[in-house]
Amino acid sequence: MDVVLLSRWQFALTIMFHYLFPPLTIGLGVVLVFLEYRWLRTDDPVYHTAARFWAKIFGINFALGVATGIVMEFQFGTNWAVYSRYVGDVFGSALAAEGIFAFFLESGFLAVVLYGWNRVSRGFHFFATLMVSLGAIFSSVWIVIANSWQQTPAGHHLVEHVVNGQPFLRAEIVDFWAMVFNPSSIHRLVHVWFGAFTLGAMFVMSISAWYLLRGRHSEFAKRSFTGGLLLATFSAVGQLISGHLNAEMVARHQPAKLAAFEGIFETGRTGTPLYVFGWPDERAGRVNAGLPLPGMLSLLVYGDPSRPVPGLDQLEPVYGRPPVWLSFQSYHLMVALGMLFLASTLWACWSWWRGTLFQQRWLLWYFVFGVGLAFVANEVGWVAAEVGRQPWAVYPTLAADGTVIGGLRTSAGVSEVVTASEVLGSIVMFGLIYVLLFVLWIFLLNRKIQRGPDPDGGSPRPVEGPLAAVAAAQARLRVGAPD
Amino acid sequence: MDLNVTWFVLLGVLLAGYAVLDGFDFGVGMLHLLARGDLQRRAFIETIGPIWDGNEVWLVTFGGALFAAFPEAYATIFSGFYFVFMLVLLALIARGVALEFRSKVESAAWRQTWDVVFSAASTLATLLFGVGVGNAMIGVPLNERGVYVGGFVTLLNPYSLLVGLLALTLFVMHGAIYLHLKTSGPLHVRVGRWLLPAYGGFLVVYLLTSVVTVWTVPHATAFLRTHPIAWAVVLLNGFAVASIPYTLRRGWSGRAFVASCLTVCALVLLLGLAMFPNLVTARPAPENSLTIYNAASSQRTLGIMLIIAGLGMPFVIAYTSVVYWVFRHRVVEGASAYH
Repeated sequence: MDVVLLSRWQFALTIMFHYLFPPLTIGLGVVLVFLEYRWLRTDDPVYHTAARFWAKIFGINFALGVATGIVMEFQFGTNWAVYSRYVGDVFGSALAAEGIFAFFLESGFLAVVLYGWNRVSRGFHFFATLMVSLGAIFSSVWIVIANSWQQTPAGHHLVEHVVNGQPFLRAEIVDFWAMVFNPSSIHRLVHVWFGAFTLGAMFVMSISAWYLLRGRHSEFAKRSFTGGLLLATFSAVGQLISGHLNAEMVARHQPAKLAAFEGIFETGRTGTPLYVFGWPDERAGRVNAGLPLPGMLSLLVYGDPSRPVPGLDQLEPVYGRPPVWLSFQSYHLMVALGMLFLASTLWACWSWWRGTLFQQRWLLWYFVFGVGLAFVANEVGWVAAEVGRQPWAVYPTLAADGTVIGGLRTSAGVSEVVTASEVLGSIVMFGLIYVLLFVLWIFLLNRKIQRGPDPDGGSPRPVEGPLAAVAAAQARLRVGAPD
Repeated sequence: MDLNVTWFVLLGVLLAGYAVLDGFDFGVGMLHLLARGDLQRRAFIETIGPIWDGNEVWLVTFGGALFAAFPEAYATIFSGFYFVFMLVLLALIARGVALEFRSKVESAAWRQTWDVVFSAASTLATLLFGVGVGNAMIGVPLNERGVYVGGFVTLLNPYSLLVGLLALTLFVMHGAIYLHLKTSGPLHVRVGRWLLPAYGGFLVVYLLTSVVTVWTVPHATAFLRTHPIAWAVVLLNGFAVASIPYTLRRGWSGRAFVASCLTVCALVLLLGLAMFPNLVTARPAPENSLTIYNAASSQRTLGIMLIIAGLGMPFVIAYTSVVYWVFRHRVVEGASAYH
């Protein structure tokens, strides 16, 4: 096993585990803001109960997001030192902006949200919740900009930099805003947001549906479920439009990625089909057992069903070849799940309008497990985006004469001094820790869910020992919420 | 002051902020197992519960700023000290998870396990950071491309281990003073009895490290000969260290904490003066060092980053202050607000 492959596996493992949490906190943040706003406006204690319950769930997810997120920042340097030297001037500033604008905001005000229920006014608590939600959203802004620059670089030039007489090429910013608003940033950011909102909403709906099926906390569960349903439906519809715009953008800027997504091995003479599903055979260069819709891809990308979309036969000499099978399957799974979310949320909205939503137990059971599908959709979307970018860590740009300029191959970005056994060791370490964290995460979420919301907003825990009297007095002053 | 120097200073500010803030978190962690029984341990955790992850963001931002301003140094340090950083990650993950999960299950075995993890992780992280600072002081082997060519064992030299010990005693003292400030009742009295031993331990190692540094790491004190004004920092450091027992004896826990924070800041300042203008000092070939000039990003990027920092940091300091103000109260044993 070589260092490049192992480092890629490590990156995949750590980023995919980390990415369980950020979209969940982004989505749950929006839910929390909504619930606290309603509480502030209506004074209805059900909203207060709900906000407190979801804030605790948010807290568990946030802690894991922080714990696994710091790995990501360190890993660029530990495993991808040459890449870091190449991109630091551009990528580093986005990462630093993320810390300054997003992480401080999120973690600072989260303290008030989790611990401050009885220390600050309701208005200030709402403000803190709003800031936490904004902080979560800001963090996605900067990291998606940085990643989008790797996909469709802009606003930089390549410069020979010299360290102690040793020259090498690196990317330097020439136009900050062109870097920030590179051709894919906004499209991809919106796509990430809708994905996160879908996940947060489906997470709330999953737990609420389970309460409804068990006949527990019905009032709380109905309000949480319908709130989640509105957000999920909005996101599913938005994702349809955003997905289409992203596909057009990929066709324009990363044509080899689109070819891998759709399994276009050879450029046709007429319109290119869109596969509903299939099984690409990379050696034979064809898609087996597929269901093609003739001319559909050409229609979606160009608005012209007879114009062929370029295949890998034309693109590989210029861009290299991404792994087709994995790109194809992860992309198709993401699209299929998006369609499923669209259909199921629209159906649920229709049922809600007719007043039959909460009688359809099969639909509630679907939503209990739907959150798992939302996790999968978020993960495979990123797998498609990152695997489809290969063999490049930083995508090259196309010159007027059709050759590529710049770019950094993934295989060239790995650290010079790190050995395969070191990376293998760290993969084992992260693997063990993450298995443990995953088990703990499920265990703690399950406990919180089994216990359910505290209907009175929390009652103080009985205290033993000599300080019981002090503690009781303290508890009377500000009602704490144990657990 | 050019942009490169400005960013060296700003990184120093971020590092000092991190050392002061997460320093007492680590200190609380190292002292955690001395707390008796579940209620005292909960109270200990409660003192840092709302703020520890905000404190860790200083490290995350320091890392991001190093990456952006001096990518060469970032790449060399993180890839060269691979194993060290994996241990740092292990310690930071374990610390965070232990803090957040410990009180969520009512089982003695569960809590005892996380208490030990919390304390061990805090100790390990402090030791690693201290050893890192020691190696930054004496220098590490770099080739002419500025790439680290030593191994893990190279880092475990006697001087760096001494600085590691200094970090342990410093943060134990800093954490004890913080706990003294943040607790009340019998727990406050109990923590009060740890203060002087903690201070004594720190003072012995601090004096030893100072002597050893002057004797064996001449390049680290050269700035005092070239810029005599820097003696002011040495005096500030001495004043801060000396005022800790003075304030403690009078029971001024707030002022003692300020003195302890000043001590940490002065030590970071001395580190910066000793290293300037190097980011990674090379030994035995100092011409291979990575400096704030050969390791830097372009001037344009340093300028953009300065604007970002100028826009963002006032807000960071403002709402960090608000959060510390909201949680300024002393913790009462048994009145937990969240877990």
